[in-house]
Amino acid sequence: MDANVPRTPPRKSATFDDHTLAEIRRAATTGIYDIRGAGTKRKLPHFDDLLFLGASISRYPLEGYREKCGTDVVLGTRFAKKPIELKIPITIAGMSFGSLSAQAKEALGRGATMAGTSTTTGDGGMTPEERGQSKYLVYQYLPSRYGMNPDDLRKADAIEVVVGQGAKPGGGGMLLGQKISDRVAAMRCLPKGIDQRSACRHPDWTGPDDLEIKIHELREITSWEKPIYVKVGGTRPYYDVALAVKAGADVVVLDGMQGGTAATQEVFIEHVGLPILACIRPAVKALQDLGMHRKVQLIVSGGIRSGADVAKALALGADAVAIGTAALVALGDNDPHLEEEYRALGTTAGAYDDWHEGRDPAGITTQDPVLAARLDPVKAGRRLSNYLKVMTLEAQTVARACGKSHLHNLEPEDLCALTVEAAAMAQVPIAGTSWIPGRGGY
Amino acid sequence: MGRNASMQELDLKALGVTAINQKLYHVPKDSNERHWVIRNPMGQHAIACGVDAPLMIDVMGHVGFYCGGMNKEAEITIHGHAGVGVAENMMSGVVWVKGNASESAGATGNGGLLVIEGDASSRCGISMKGTDIVVGGSVGHMSAFMAQRGNLVVCGDAGEALGDSIYEARLYVRGRADNLGSDCIEKEMRSEHLEDLAKLLERAKLKHKPEGFRRYGSARKLYNFNVDHADAY
Repeated sequence: MDANVPRTPPRKSATFDDHTLAEIRRAATTGIYDIRGAGTKRKLPHFDDLLFLGASISRYPLEGYREKCGTDVVLGTRFAKKPIELKIPITIAGMSFGSLSAQAKEALGRGATMAGTSTTTGDGGMTPEERGQSKYLVYQYLPSRYGMNPDDLRKADAIEVVVGQGAKPGGGGMLLGQKISDRVAAMRCLPKGIDQRSACRHPDWTGPDDLEIKIHELREITSWEKPIYVKVGGTRPYYDVALAVKAGADVVVLDGMQGGTAATQEVFIEHVGLPILACIRPAVKALQDLGMHRKVQLIVSGGIRSGADVAKALALGADAVAIGTAALVALGDNDPHLEEEYRALGTTAGAYDDWHEGRDPAGITTQDPVLAARLDPVKAGRRLSNYLKVMTLEAQTVARACGKSHLHNLEPEDLCALTVEAAAMAQVPIAGTSWIPGRGGY
Repeated sequence: MGRNASMQELDLKALGVTAINQKLYHVPKDSNERHWVIRNPMGQHAIACGVDAPLMIDVMGHVGFYCGGMNKEAEITIHGHAGVGVAENMMSGVVWVKGNASESAGATGNGGLLVIEGDASSRCGISMKGTDIVVGGSVGHMSAFMAQRGNLVVCGDAGEALGDSIYEARLYVRGRADNLGSDCIEKEMRSEHLEDLAKLLERAKLKHKPEGFRRYGSARKLYNFNVDHADAY
């Protein structure tokens, strides 16, 4: 070919990009879908697309270090004799022993307790390490009922009936054989080393009418003392929240698709569910329509990273938030100081998500005793506590700037949106306008 | 523990479920009030759930959902039919249903013995984790789904998809069970199985001969993912 003729440079397809091509080759080679941990990695409308307006002449702020801004929250005020009184509105989401090491579970308990908040068990039962170090421990009640027993139920401070989670609404749990150690197998009554796939529906109730009866049974067994949460993945938040309230929930936990998981199919994580930003307002509307806003508390989760995210979630009407992935990062997950070991696993710090393989060099998402021993629960717990306190201080900073004496006084009127999508989802105006997409017929 | 030892009567119609359960939860360990009779159960839910003591409890009528749920140590007899989830997640003790049972009987049970003299509906023994269940009649579809451990004895027929995705539980069926779920297969009935089955039948006061039963369990092909078994999912 004549070298003087201009050539079209090589052009890669936007549809068949490098990631897509690699996934096709991987599937063709292995014959199995991609499984991984963590939450969605695609870009979604999120709290970053919202801004606080702050105060000036029309609103006056509170003094940053002198005027109090409350952060406490009481969960379970509807029916429970013993509601949980937390110092901060940031809780630790459910993560199982099995998916996490015992050291990591202990660290979560330690960190949460130091910061004055609760932590949550997961799809694997309650460990003594976790109960021992957690002032407030929420006991998850899942379809698998792994490790479920009335003694632990009564030891808990609250019970969370898990209907779904944001990373895989409509899906069950998954824990692959590499992590089914002797202890995990014993707690779950399963053979060691098998690929454990939990059911996606509860074994003894179907639908909201049955759920109401199930909640009644749990209340009876725990003498009506414990707050009962119902956790749902972000799918149809208005109706799901309304039905959870109808079923008798004290607290509704709503988890958006940014919420992490120990392991599931990539296609599930990336293609099912709603971002949390799209969930909060319909959920609050459901509570308001039922006259239950602030009476049934709403905890939201999925991609909460900072005090700004906390403040925005609360401004949209939530009572508290829950963190999972961020808590693991605070413990030491994906830390750059382990870069060499992440590279040996074919990944890099910040991208490591093969939590199901149990080879986590940080000692968090593993059952390997050598790796797990790397995590010092005391130091890791301290890191988590520091992080929770920083988030709280950040949220207070924002709230005071908006003139609020309590985080729960934040409101949608304090927010504006940077994008049309975020404005529509959060139902707040586009910055510099009074336009809320979908309102007034536009 | 004798059935006539210091019998106490509780009228559910007058007291309600919560008061009765609280009574059962707080029987002093040194009390001789070990035999309780609950009258007028009226199909109410959660009757005698969460009991954690070696009490003898007779429920004189039909019950709703979750009667005897999470039972520990108590011997509960239901003199009628039972609703959904009877003896769910039982840890130990005995729950005995004189009539039929609805869906999910003995679901996720860890221990103890559940006897159903009549039939049980669908999902009997779902996700059972070590409990023993003996059904005098037949069981409905999807029974022993994901059953992990323990024994399910069916003296009648088993409905569709028996033992789907079963783990290590053992299933014994005297009648027809010709539609097995994924990864559930018929297995050899060896002497130890005949012995175990004979004990269970004896405990359930049933006269059937163990030799008249067939045993089913896991083929263990779904324990670790293999793409060549994907059509079983």
